Amino acid sequence: MLDGLLTALTPLNLLMVVSGCLAGTFIGMLPGLGPATAVALMIPVTYALDPASALIMLAGVYYGSVFGGSTSSILINAPGCASTLATTFDGYPLARSGRAGTALAVAAYASFTGGTVGALALLVAAPALAGLAQGFQSPDYFMLMVVALIGVSALAGAGRVLAGYAMAVLGMMLATVGTDAISGLPRLTFGRLDLIDGFSFLLLAMATFALAEVIVSVLQGQDQAQAEPTRDIGSLRLSGAQASDLAAPVARSSILGFLVGVLPGAGATIASFLAYGTERNLAPAERKAEFGSGSLRGVAAPEAANNAASTGSFVPLLTLGIPGSGTTAILLGALIAHGLQPGPRLFVEHPEVFWSVIASMYIGNLVLLFINLPLIPYLARALRLQRRVLFPLVVLFSLLGVYLVSFNPVDMIIMAAVTAAAVVLRLAGFPLAPLLLGFIVGGYLEENLQRSLLLYDGGWHFLWTRPSTAVLSVLALILFAVPLVRAVSAPLKDRFGR
Amino acid sequence: MRSTAVVLLALVAGPAAALESLHLLIPGGAGGGWDITARAAGRALMVSGLVSQVSFENRSGAGGGKGVAYLQEAAAQSADVLMVSSTPIVVRSLKPAFQQNWRQLTPIASLIGDYGAVVVRSDSPFADFPALAAALRGSPRSIKFAGGSNRGDLDHLILARIFEALDLDPADARYVPYGAGGQATLALLSGEVGAMSATVGDAIAHVRGGRAQILAVAAPQRLDALPDVPTFRELGWPVEFLNWRGFFAAPGIAEERRDAFAVVLNQLRGTDAWRQARTRYGWTEVYHEGAAFSAFLEAQEHLMRRLLLRLGFVSE
Repeated sequence: MLDGLLTALTPLNLLMVVSGCLAGTFIGMLPGLGPATAVALMIPVTYALDPASALIMLAGVYYGSVFGGSTSSILINAPGCASTLATTFDGYPLARSGRAGTALAVAAYASFTGGTVGALALLVAAPALAGLAQGFQSPDYFMLMVVALIGVSALAGAGRVLAGYAMAVLGMMLATVGTDAISGLPRLTFGRLDLIDGFSFLLLAMATFALAEVIVSVLQGQDQAQAEPTRDIGSLRLSGAQASDLAAPVARSSILGFLVGVLPGAGATIASFLAYGTERNLAPAERKAEFGSGSLRGVAAPEAANNAASTGSFVPLLTLGIPGSGTTAILLGALIAHGLQPGPRLFVEHPEVFWSVIASMYIGNLVLLFINLPLIPYLARALRLQRRVLFPLVVLFSLLGVYLVSFNPVDMIIMAAVTAAAVVLRLAGFPLAPLLLGFIVGGYLEENLQRSLLLYDGGWHFLWTRPSTAVLSVLALILFAVPLVRAVSAPLKDRFGR
Repeated sequence: MRSTAVVLLALVAGPAAALESLHLLIPGGAGGGWDITARAAGRALMVSGLVSQVSFENRSGAGGGKGVAYLQEAAAQSADVLMVSSTPIVVRSLKPAFQQNWRQLTPIASLIGDYGAVVVRSDSPFADFPALAAALRGSPRSIKFAGGSNRGDLDHLILARIFEALDLDPADARYVPYGAGGQATLALLSGEVGAMSATVGDAIAHVRGGRAQILAVAAPQRLDALPDVPTFRELGWPVEFLNWRGFFAAPGIAEERRDAFAVVLNQLRGTDAWRQARTRYGWTEVYHEGAAFSAFLEAQEHLMRRLLLRLGFVSE
């Protein structure tokens, strides 16, 4: 460990951490470019380095881009990747109410805590947790996705639970377009090559969040079109009361995020949704209403969780040699290119690599905090732009972000259609966050359901056969039933007095 | 005969760069198998001075279909383009859902390959392949096999070929698909399935790590990387299954252009840079070029059609 810290502290490696974090932060800030792209872009840069330095730099790029990803979510409602979607729910309302700086600062502190807790957990528990990754089976993944989906009631807001579920179902329907994960046959593609991969998350997120937000603002805000743009960004310093208010949610979300991140396939997105849903459910009744309209907890929870999850995804990569996400799959390729084979023997054959990566995570998170905090006032200045300048820029970046990934003009047409539909749905009072949640979760949910049915000969007993699945099933039932019971019992209480 | 002619031609060409520029089209995303192959080949071509300038382009989508479509559409401007591809392009040609066929492109050469294998956990009750085969013959549906591709794709076809060789109905094989080789391996290690049908590259790290063992490889002879693992052939079942990786050019390119590509790829095999890349990634050389490559693809297509028919993915 000490050797690892010393390796990580050589001037060259420190430089690698700093430059990796810087590059990652800036790439992550651009809407449309997520961690996977950031790491892939930086791989050629590392070819000249020795393996430890290369991995340190790429890890820096990875968590840098997760760190930076919250910026566009908070400022312009444009999540650059799925794992920062949950950050928009409260981050963007905060920015609109003149507290963009506070939201960005909370995101930075929460990310820092999540990343550091994750690195600590990786240090003490990596070998033990490898067992968790190996013990989780398809039925468990299926029920985990059901639990995440039930979080819908947390996203929809008061009195719109039914509308929320309706949108989640619509999202799951959208997720069925494309290649069936089990049979490999195209579904609902109308014979078009453009639809074989299904809809891209990025396209749906940009259309339903960033573009629809711009159009709804323009439609609703004609009378105040000339209004002063927001100048206030709120305080970057958290008061003692605020900090102690956020401490428990951040700690819980960091641990939850790390554990979900360890599971291959679940990853940072599911972690951020679960953390958001959990914190909303645990919040005291009078604070619950804040969620969705500008709760600092609503920013802190998903940001702590997604950073902790990114660190957690190193557990299966380093201990088993199995990538749990698209980004770690790219990292695995880079490691092999450097002559390293991750797995149990990495620790024996190249302990210096293992320890220096973990050491670099502590340093990297500190570096990121120091890079990000001073930048906040400058980033938040984007909001001072006149709306007639800011809105076209948001539209431009959203369209470019999607086009530069697919190079497919048809995507622009699909995007326009989705935006139009999203605007109609928003004006009719349907929440759009559950739609994206349903879309993300729907794919995993269906794949794991189909696989569980295959494994258990078409029977449903997989829901309770294994203890871990049974626990998740009971949890899902409770989460589903509690809001219903409350909804039924609250009017009764009012009627009969207390 | 043809390849000797090409080598002679190469000798005459001498050490000067054989090609001025080369554009490598990668039909998948960054970090995937196609991407790693193309970039390693491109770098070796540049380092060894065989090509002055190599550029790369990722056109991912539709399981490689976007890349094929792009190469066909832009054929007229694609005289210096090579696209990396592998066995799935042959499987794809047979499925009615995708109206794409490898014959629509110009096959140049295969460079490397990865052989099919049957993998079990180290603590598996099956110590060797004959034991597993006996269990399957007793009850074909008693063992679940994980694989890293969809039903009707590579890993499923490996299993189908093994069932066929055991005189069992491939449709009885219990194949459980996972998103990628890594996830299939994890399912094997977690005990969700009893065995895995995969290619050697998916499993070798876990074999070296002591958690999994390969019972047999579908190669013509034992592999250098796994000298203790028997081939199916020496156990009495003539199963060979190869996932090759190689290059295709645009449709309708001039014959001398096609030959120039073949010369360059043949020369690439002898370079230190390429040998180093092969060692680093553990790739086995499987070289076919020109007419021999096309004949090899036809034979592979014949096998795949037979297996897909028996699995019910295509009809007569």
